[in-house]
Amino acid sequence: MNPYLIKSPMKNFKKLSPVALTLLLSWSFLSQANAAGTLEKISASKTITMGVRDSSGALSYTLGDGKYTGFHVEICKRVIVDLEKKLKTSIKTDYQVVTSQNRIPLVQNGTVDIECGSTTNNATRQKDVSFAVTTYVEEVRIAVKADSNITSIAQLANKKVATTTGTTSVQLLRKNERANGINFEEIFGKDHADSFLLLESGRADAFVMDGSILAGNIANSKNPKDFKIVGEVLSVEPIAIMIRKDDPDFKNAVDTSIKAMMKDGTIAKMYKQWFMEPIPPKGNRVGLELSENTKNAWANPNDKPAEEYLKK
Amino acid sequence: MSLDFQIFCKSTYAEEFSPRCFGEYFQFGHPGNDPTYLDWLLRAWGWTVSVSLLALLIALVIGISIGTLRTLSRDSLFNKFCILIANAWVELFRNIPVLVQVFLWYHVIPMMIPSLKSFPSFLLVSIALGFFTSARIAEQVKAGIFSLPKGQRFAAQSLGMNQVETYRFVLLPIAMRIVIPPLTSECMNIVKNSSVAFAVSISELTLFAMQTQEETSKGIEMYLAVTALYILTAFSINRIMALIENKTRIPGFISGKSPS
Repeated sequence: MNPYLIKSPMKNFKKLSPVALTLLLSWSFLSQANAAGTLEKISASKTITMGVRDSSGALSYTLGDGKYTGFHVEICKRVIVDLEKKLKTSIKTDYQVVTSQNRIPLVQNGTVDIECGSTTNNATRQKDVSFAVTTYVEEVRIAVKADSNITSIAQLANKKVATTTGTTSVQLLRKNERANGINFEEIFGKDHADSFLLLESGRADAFVMDGSILAGNIANSKNPKDFKIVGEVLSVEPIAIMIRKDDPDFKNAVDTSIKAMMKDGTIAKMYKQWFMEPIPPKGNRVGLELSENTKNAWANPNDKPAEEYLKK
Repeated sequence: MSLDFQIFCKSTYAEEFSPRCFGEYFQFGHPGNDPTYLDWLLRAWGWTVSVSLLALLIALVIGISIGTLRTLSRDSLFNKFCILIANAWVELFRNIPVLVQVFLWYHVIPMMIPSLKSFPSFLLVSIALGFFTSARIAEQVKAGIFSLPKGQRFAAQSLGMNQVETYRFVLLPIAMRIVIPPLTSECMNIVKNSSVAFAVSISELTLFAMQTQEETSKGIEMYLAVTALYILTAFSINRIMALIENKTRIPGFISGKSPS
């Protein structure tokens, strides 16, 4: 046997960059995921991997110590109970923390079976992944200090408006700005906590962001009574549980379970529990009333992307 | 990979092309245009340059003073006190990461000194960046003064010059010429370090790139443009310093090349 035939691939392997190695690994996961549907994979391994977020408001967050909870996480836990009944086996749940950047690749490559975070269902993402029926509709709103006299977008003229770098809420505001002929100054916080600090410290007069993020930040602030959410809804985005694309059996199982929760009012009770009542670990109250948009999504379960919502 | 630099002519209000690339500032008789990403880029560049120049001014004034104080001769109680303060200054500001210093000036110090709360964040970042760089410049100035032969100081004193005159007429003129090359590096560093200002919401070039790549999904174009402007700014400073070095050169001294 020619020794060079064995040696040369090894030499090349050493030169493989970490990037290439990651690609190789994810490719092997991908092929594994494609081999069978998620349902078969779960019943064979008796485990399911749930994608969770560290801090996505009341939707999905950590209690520390590897424990995760939130409105979407609890919905997923119930879905898994239903899956156990359907597959007639007990299923062990593994948690995998995901971020905005890696959640879609991790669902695609099979690392995560069901992502229960705060992912917007939009047309671009539907090319890569699939979504369960919409369980929560996010509204982009304005948060101000309680003693502020701002009550609508029109009153933001010549004010300093905070928003978070890397989000697109401010674009909506600019469109409104042009439509109403008002002018305001944009200030970008580096993350949601930083943007909220801009509002809290008086460096900004308003903070424009998803309603649940605003409510969550207010609930966790030193003095939640100092802030209020005001004004018209700037935009709506359907938030849904994310699953792999082209797996109709699994989607059907998840959707059936969620639709049952919508029908018998379980989901409304859960909404009340997570958004209106004190939640662990600090016992804060988010205090975000159920919106008409979310109510409609529960009454007519659908997995329409955000673009469909904007058409109205 | 295809690059689409036309994105800079798009209006930031809507995903449309503005009739003129310079929508907001250079309207050339076409008032009322929407601002474009090009306008925003130039405004961001303006912030980067402003923060850098103000920080540089602070850094040079304080850095040269502190660096000089560190070289005083230890022959009086007053001098010893000045050396102690100057040493403490340098050690304090060069042992804390620049990003942490920016946060300290933005979040912590205004809590302790309420009057700072009314300061614009632009000023606070410039102070943070200026103080950080002043510690580095002080070290270079000190090294420059110490590189001079001891006899220079003694010669000045034997001519009857007091301490201030010794520095003003004998030591500093030559020492400052010696340290121009490392100072050039510091001046260029301050432009590059100004990118930390994004962390306290100054809408400078780095923040511009981070925000617009999300808005336009044209990250490569945005980062390329920002990179080009950083290079342009830092290189301009390099050329200005080279010019200063050239103009102030004294033939026959350490800092001057032998006349050719």
